[in-house]
Amino acid sequence: MEWALLIEQTLNGLQFGMLLFLLAAGLTLTFGIMDLVNLAHGSMYMLGAFVGATIFLWTGSFILAILLAVPLVAGIGIIVEISTLRTLYQRHHLDQVLATFGLILLFNELVQVVWPLDGLSVPFPDYLNFTVPLLFGIEYSVYRLMIIGAGIIVAIGMYILVAKTRLGMLIRAGAADRTMIYALGTNIRLLFTLVFGLGTALGALAGILMAPILGANSGMGEQIIIIAFVVIVIGGIGSVRGSLIAALITGLIDTLGRSFLDVLLAIFIPVNAAEAAAPAISSMLIYIFMTCVLFFKPQGLFGSQTR
Amino acid sequence: MRLLNSLQKRRTILACLVIGTCALAPIAAGILDQPYYINLFSRLMIWAIAAISLNLILGYGGMISFGHSLYLGIGAYTVGIFAYYDIYNFYLQLVTAIAVAAFIALIFGGISLRTRGVYFIMITMALTQMVYFLSISIEEYGSDDGLIIYDRSDFGTNLISMDNPIQRYYLIFLVMIACLYFSHRLIRSRFGYVIRGTKSNETRMEVLGYSTFRYRLVCFVIAGVMCALGGVLSANVEKFVSPDIMHWTRSGELIFMVVLGGMASILGPVTGALVFWLLSEFFSRITEHWHLIFGPFLILVVLLSPRGIDGLLSIKRSGNE
Repeated sequence: MEWALLIEQTLNGLQFGMLLFLLAAGLTLTFGIMDLVNLAHGSMYMLGAFVGATIFLWTGSFILAILLAVPLVAGIGIIVEISTLRTLYQRHHLDQVLATFGLILLFNELVQVVWPLDGLSVPFPDYLNFTVPLLFGIEYSVYRLMIIGAGIIVAIGMYILVAKTRLGMLIRAGAADRTMIYALGTNIRLLFTLVFGLGTALGALAGILMAPILGANSGMGEQIIIIAFVVIVIGGIGSVRGSLIAALITGLIDTLGRSFLDVLLAIFIPVNAAEAAAPAISSMLIYIFMTCVLFFKPQGLFGSQTR
Repeated sequence: MRLLNSLQKRRTILACLVIGTCALAPIAAGILDQPYYINLFSRLMIWAIAAISLNLILGYGGMISFGHSLYLGIGAYTVGIFAYYDIYNFYLQLVTAIAVAAFIALIFGGISLRTRGVYFIMITMALTQMVYFLSISIEEYGSDDGLIIYDRSDFGTNLISMDNPIQRYYLIFLVMIACLYFSHRLIRSRFGYVIRGTKSNETRMEVLGYSTFRYRLVCFVIAGVMCALGGVLSANVEKFVSPDIMHWTRSGELIFMVVLGGMASILGPVTGALVFWLLSEFFSRITEHWHLIFGPFLILVVLLSPRGIDGLLSIKRSGNE
């Protein structure tokens, strides 16, 4: 029984980690290349959930929802980039933080105006709404497995994009030395807009995928975006590989901590004290982990030393 | 020189206006028979105290802390938790709040100041979020419903009481003025010059032999303690404390107040807090969804006037000089 729970929670942790990776990958790219602190990335996740859920509820097709909502939200992201964020690249981080904070307020309110009810609840798509038997007689949700699969596909896609394509070459060059690729004649504005659109698309995808599990509600973006920040800080800002590894570790620590910390603590301290302390400590675990990583590596696990 | 003088003059006028408004608000509230405004302005001055403390590290020290509301929470929760155990002694509450805030700021500052730039922003944000979730998960102290404080702090004398709204108001006013004076003196001290030097060129300060990390850390602790004072006062105004006080949007609002008023100007945060409140009041009368206007407004302020109101004062009006 204990083993079954462990495996189930490990899978949940991986699934949460993959979700974090989808968010962190976009965030780390926009920071690594444009030097932009984008607090509003969570808003794109939220918009993804709302737009995706709406299309899904209208058409009944989850695949269509993904195919329509991702480009739609990416389009919104690109409009935001061209109208507002573009002028902020050269500015101080403080200005970026404030302006994107303004964007969060705007989008949260906008969502409440367009979808006035208290959020949307979204059903699972029928063909994914069943469980499969795994080892030890565990039944595990196919939908959650699908999210893990989607994360793996995106990770592979990102690897191919960054390591094998011309765009990826520019992305890596941009992360290493912005001024130099500009001097070498790259259309840096277009590159930035493309990368921003890509990051937004990944965030929106994460939002749609999570909508059946968490529903869609205003403010859902900030809950997760701060954890995504923790992930990219642990992984090293600008490193996609770092964000993948950090996202999986963070997802596992958070999920397993919430389920098993009381059992673990009970080994050292009395059971009732352990049960009282566990929820408080487990909600802090990922931050404690981040602190430990930074104590030894202030640039994160895979961060470059230059920044 | 004349430009400088006229800037000085404008600043003085603004200062008189802002401080005067705060000093006279209860009287105006009395005349207008709107006692509601006394608490409103008390709240506003508490924001101002928090913003003044944030300005020390953000405006003068260049440390973009996105987690400053944590220290408001520490101050308020100290009063709240003491009150939970029926301890209302003001001095005990105050000393404990200062000690806890200093201790936490020392540890969190020590961790986050090892990093620079974006890492610093995100870590201060994450650490505050950690305490926020901690306060939500402790059921003994009300988790996310918060703690009701049945009695305000007791000074152990009949001369002054927190329960009298006017006395409470002017106590907060005095604390705010004291914070302004303190930061004015601090910024002009040798310490203040080192902090400002560290902001503009850290390497140079290190070459000059200053341990910039230590100076920054001390500044961070001072700001945390000053903000916790605001928290102690806040608990006494609201008779209530909940995790919301350290929600990360609160930290964002504090940053906006500092930037709106003008970073690295002593009075800027107070102006910022005042204008912030006026704006939110104004926008929320237009529509219930006032963030729809406020969000873009914030972006416009950043894009068009990054130096805030203080920056606007120094614009030379053509033909006027």
